[in-house]
Amino acid sequence: MLSPEALRRIDTEIAKYPADQKQSAVMAALAIAQQEKGWLAEDTMAFVADYLGMPQVAVLEVATFYNMYDLSPVGKSKLTICTGLPCALSGADEAADHLREKLGVGFSEVTADGSFMLKEGECMGACGDAPVLLVNNRRMCVRMNKERIDALLDELNS
Amino acid sequence: MSLPTILTGGLDRESSWRLADYERRGGYQALRAIFSRPLSPDDVIAEVKKSSLRGRGGAGFPTGLKWSFMPRNLPGEKYLICNSDEGEPGTFKDRDILRWNPHAVIEGMIIGGYATGATRGYNYIHGEIFEVYERFEQALEEARVAGYLGKNILGSEFSFELFAHHGYGAYICGEETALLESIEGKKGQPRYKPPFPASFGLYGRPTTINNTETFANIPWIIGNGGDRFLEMGKANNGGTKIFSVSGHVNRPGNYEIPLGTPFVKLLEMAGGMRAGRKLKACIPGGSSMPVLPGDVMMNCDMDYDSIAKAGSALGSGAVIIMDETTCMVRALERLSYFYFEESCGQCTPCREGTGWLYRVVHRIEHGQGRQSDLDLLTSVADNIAGRTICALGDAAALPVKSFIQHFRDEFAYHIDNRRCLVPVEMQREGSRIYVGEPW
Repeated sequence: MLSPEALRRIDTEIAKYPADQKQSAVMAALAIAQQEKGWLAEDTMAFVADYLGMPQVAVLEVATFYNMYDLSPVGKSKLTICTGLPCALSGADEAADHLREKLGVGFSEVTADGSFMLKEGECMGACGDAPVLLVNNRRMCVRMNKERIDALLDELNS
Repeated sequence: MSLPTILTGGLDRESSWRLADYERRGGYQALRAIFSRPLSPDDVIAEVKKSSLRGRGGAGFPTGLKWSFMPRNLPGEKYLICNSDEGEPGTFKDRDILRWNPHAVIEGMIIGGYATGATRGYNYIHGEIFEVYERFEQALEEARVAGYLGKNILGSEFSFELFAHHGYGAYICGEETALLESIEGKKGQPRYKPPFPASFGLYGRPTTINNTETFANIPWIIGNGGDRFLEMGKANNGGTKIFSVSGHVNRPGNYEIPLGTPFVKLLEMAGGMRAGRKLKACIPGGSSMPVLPGDVMMNCDMDYDSIAKAGSALGSGAVIIMDETTCMVRALERLSYFYFEESCGQCTPCREGTGWLYRVVHRIEHGQGRQSDLDLLTSVADNIAGRTICALGDAAALPVKSFIQHFRDEFAYHIDNRRCLVPVEMQREGSRIYVGEPW
């Protein structure tokens, strides 16, 4: 189900918590599984539940509560742009319009070729570098004006 | 004249996060002093109390007092948690502390662990800043190898383990008991208090939770003395504070200033208003705090007591600047959406009320409001505040009430004329920014 490397990383996470508190590693385990699989399918979550000795429903509760888990396919690159107030005061609306136009999709939609998903995000804690955009939950791109968005899309397309 | 700093001065932002660089700057000397002088846990708490350090996460609770609540001598595991789940719109200071000065947080937590009798610590890091989380893991490893963490730290009797926990996108986990639930591998839904975390915290064990910036100040306080820290600020408002300035300024970013510094000085440091426009409104402490009109703000000093006197709160130190190109209805619509989106759904007044608030502001913004909506919004806000388990309900209510209180005419204009007082093109123009090198 998951690669030996992913399991090794999950084991490292489990070791951070007291021996009888394996469930504490569920957030990290789901993140690792999502990174490997692209999104969290039901059988992936069932595997994580089994691996951590948790009821499946408890894993599903976590996966549905936190915004960065994806329970459906997201395309090759998921772009999450913050449109919160501080970002909006520094050009986020314009950046979001530009992304919609370039990609030809609205928020929470995947491009026809499956290469991009566009998401509307909430505060990423980087408002001084607005507008802020996150690629696949991990790479933060800052001060995203039109030129920098174009450069990023070119890079991700190549 | 440059103002004195504790946390951000002298950092090259390249290698300043490394252990060797931190040690060269005098890092871990405070921890060493505790064992060599030696200072007892009570001595440490007394020094922190003397400094008048108040929690930098938003509530401003005196740190020394909080530490004294821990049942230090109770046998078994006790926990110390750093809250780096920074997601309050406008707040971005902890990210910079963690990426450029992580060892100050680690040393502060080790000292905090010693003072509170904690055996193990976790730093809960906001989901969206994965690169910062990875760096913090590296910094932890450096500290372990150097003997600052683990068993018998620096040859003393004191042992303390510290780990990083990565969040995954939930504003509510900045609430301390939601954060504990989250570390336990559950949905981040706040707990009833009491019992307070000092008696029933993580895994039901005694736990103390402080903000990143709070911990980062601790080594300096122990190294230089609580008195000197207090002197850097003003009475009841000890030390410096990092203010995250966002919105309509020329140089958005973090600025560390002594508490009590005039707001106009902070505004000047942030490059002043964009295109020389006029300050219309300011939220001085993160989006959950009441908005203040520009002219009131221009006369404020940046400390807990002055901002409270002006009718808002210092909160997390997130200063959101809005100039005359801002439509206050649109601004409130976006804030209300945030609280609607982030409500955890546990308490009915918040779950239903935040959606109600958003929908009403949304219809005003989109030309379908009624004059009665203004009283309706105030009434819904009043029926959320104080009726929920945690403060997210209050946080959703306060902006609504204060926006209507201070900008009622603009809301009324919007309803009557079915459009913004500020043309949309002008709003867009105001949001254009200079793109330069990050801070």
